[in-house]
Amino acid sequence: MAIVYERPKSLAEVETHYCPGCTHGIIHRLVAEVMDELDIAGITIGIAPVGCSVFAYNYFNVDMVQAAHGRAPAIATGLKRAMPDKMIFSYQGDGDLASIGTAEIVHAAHRGENITVIFVNNAIYGMTGGQMAPTSLVGQKTTTSPYGRQEAETGRPIRISEMLATLDSTALISRVSVHNPAAVIKAKRMIKQAFIAQQKGLGFSMVEVLSTCPTNWGLSPIEALKWVEENMIPYYPLKDFKVPEEVK
Amino acid sequence: MIQRVTIFEEICKGCGLCTTACPQKILVMGKHMNSKGYHPVIVTDQSLCISCAMCARMCPDVAIKVEK
Amino acid sequence: MAEKILMKGNEALAEAALAAGCRYFFGYPITPQNEVPEYMSRRLPQLDGVFVQAESEVAAINMVYGAASTGVRCMTSSSSPGISLKQEGISYLVGSQLPCVVVNMMRGGPGLGTIQPSQSDYFQSTKGGGHGDYKMLVLAPSTVQEMVDLTMDAFDLAEKYRNPVIVLGDGMLGQMMEPVAIEPREPQEADISWATTGTLGERKPNVINSLFIKAEECEEHNEVLQAKFAKMLEEVRYEILHEDAEFFLVGYGTTARIMRSVVEMAREEGISVGLIRPITLYPFPDEAFDKVQKTAKGFLTVEMSAGQMVEDVRLAVNGRQPVRFHGRTGGMAPEPLHILAELKKLIDEVK
Repeated sequence: MAIVYERPKSLAEVETHYCPGCTHGIIHRLVAEVMDELDIAGITIGIAPVGCSVFAYNYFNVDMVQAAHGRAPAIATGLKRAMPDKMIFSYQGDGDLASIGTAEIVHAAHRGENITVIFVNNAIYGMTGGQMAPTSLVGQKTTTSPYGRQEAETGRPIRISEMLATLDSTALISRVSVHNPAAVIKAKRMIKQAFIAQQKGLGFSMVEVLSTCPTNWGLSPIEALKWVEENMIPYYPLKDFKVPEEVK
Repeated sequence: MIQRVTIFEEICKGCGLCTTACPQKILVMGKHMNSKGYHPVIVTDQSLCISCAMCARMCPDVAIKVEK
Repeated sequence: MAEKILMKGNEALAEAALAAGCRYFFGYPITPQNEVPEYMSRRLPQLDGVFVQAESEVAAINMVYGAASTGVRCMTSSSSPGISLKQEGISYLVGSQLPCVVVNMMRGGPGLGTIQPSQSDYFQSTKGGGHGDYKMLVLAPSTVQEMVDLTMDAFDLAEKYRNPVIVLGDGMLGQMMEPVAIEPREPQEADISWATTGTLGERKPNVINSLFIKAEECEEHNEVLQAKFAKMLEEVRYEILHEDAEFFLVGYGTTARIMRSVVEMAREEGISVGLIRPITLYPFPDEAFDKVQKTAKGFLTVEMSAGQMVEDVRLAVNGRQPVRFHGRTGGMAPEPLHILAELKKLIDEVK
């Protein structure tokens, strides 16, 4: 019997703390699969943010650095400048990247740092118990927008990929999702192309991955996938904003 | 009976995402519980499995191995 | 021996860091330390080093965190408000046991304050401006040559203890020019087996981290750190002028320079006065105050602040003699005649 699918080597043999159905698990696995396929685990250093995926430093079989909330892109800059021949990726949630760490991600992109950012957008703060994030949708009920997010008071959600795509020094910007197998396959391809862009020294690459938060959305894992499709994707269109030819 | 899909019952958190992915509809949530209290998924009919591994792609916990 | 050259403090400090093998600098513009990043932006490319001007001091200290995770010698410099922005990063650097050097050319505060020299970040530097129990070696030069020497020592000490080290100067020391000799130093081989440089498939992954979610583990980690901070006590440094004097002026950095002339003026008037100059602000030189107990009758602490180190002086003296304070804030420097007048007041009080 030939193996069709099994655990990628770069994914540690540990059970994750993620809630049942949380798609962080899928995204971790895709990053690990890409590291296996490009055979780069030994020269890769990952950066874990603050948020649900803070414990990512336990989940990858690569050297990991745990970053202060929002500062992963700055830490990635320090790592990459100190070791230009190593592969550096930061794995960040929307609270980490689209709120407290927006200056850091914008300027890492603006400098064209040759790093890869996996930006997991689930439109909420998960670890701290379901608060509104800058990516929360208008009308979305959270523990800090109990009446639904009010556009008048908190503006409309921030579209990071579109924003960063306007920066000339970015090499690869793409938004994907993992709400069904086809989307997962596409997400993996983009994550792989992002790492390849870094390998080829093309500059800053970021893949925004729409993700679920069943627990804090108050939905079952399967309903959460549908919520992504019916509510998030219309506002956050899945699109390759910038993909250099060399990585296709 | 060839075993194409292996479910690691102790790792499965009973989230059900794989059941939405299986084109053959042979994955359903089990009634029994694993040691953590989750209802792991079970394969109703291995022979219908086409080893497409869509289930494994949708599993957040790498609780599924697929062979051909 | 390297020949002496006339250099501005900020630039001498930068050259000293390079001479100590530092090749990574991450900074941000803020007066009065701008010459440090400017100098580094010229020199580092010549040495295949890396200079990055970050988008903020918050980003700069985190870039240091990233570079330090690979075991290289790296540093940042800033002035008071910028150092405030770096406090979280510094606490993380300590929690993750990462060696690096942080330079603060202090300026008047609080808030935007002024760009004139000050010493009002003493508490922030020695008691910890960030969260959690932590200590750092704080080195306080009072001449440009000493700034050179202490900066070079700072890199060795940072690696020795795997802890950030603060070089605490001020706007005056940064802007003044003095002749200095900068002797390049071969950094000794540091053990960086902990660094995140890639497993190369040859070892288990290293993790740079300060999160210990289980309380028992976080306490255990704190005990490891506290043991390290205790060991750092042996790095204490200070200078005593006229150890047998009756009265002592106490001050560091720029005020210590001013008080050297006050000591001379006073002694010419027949006053038995000496100077205690802490060089490490952490560890604070308590023992210096024990050494002078045979003759000491009183201490006058002088700072360019509203009085911060004076509290540590009181702790060290522990009520054995009166401790008085004279200070100037807002970037004003204490004047010798005022210090002398305060000293005389202390003497009258004690007689």
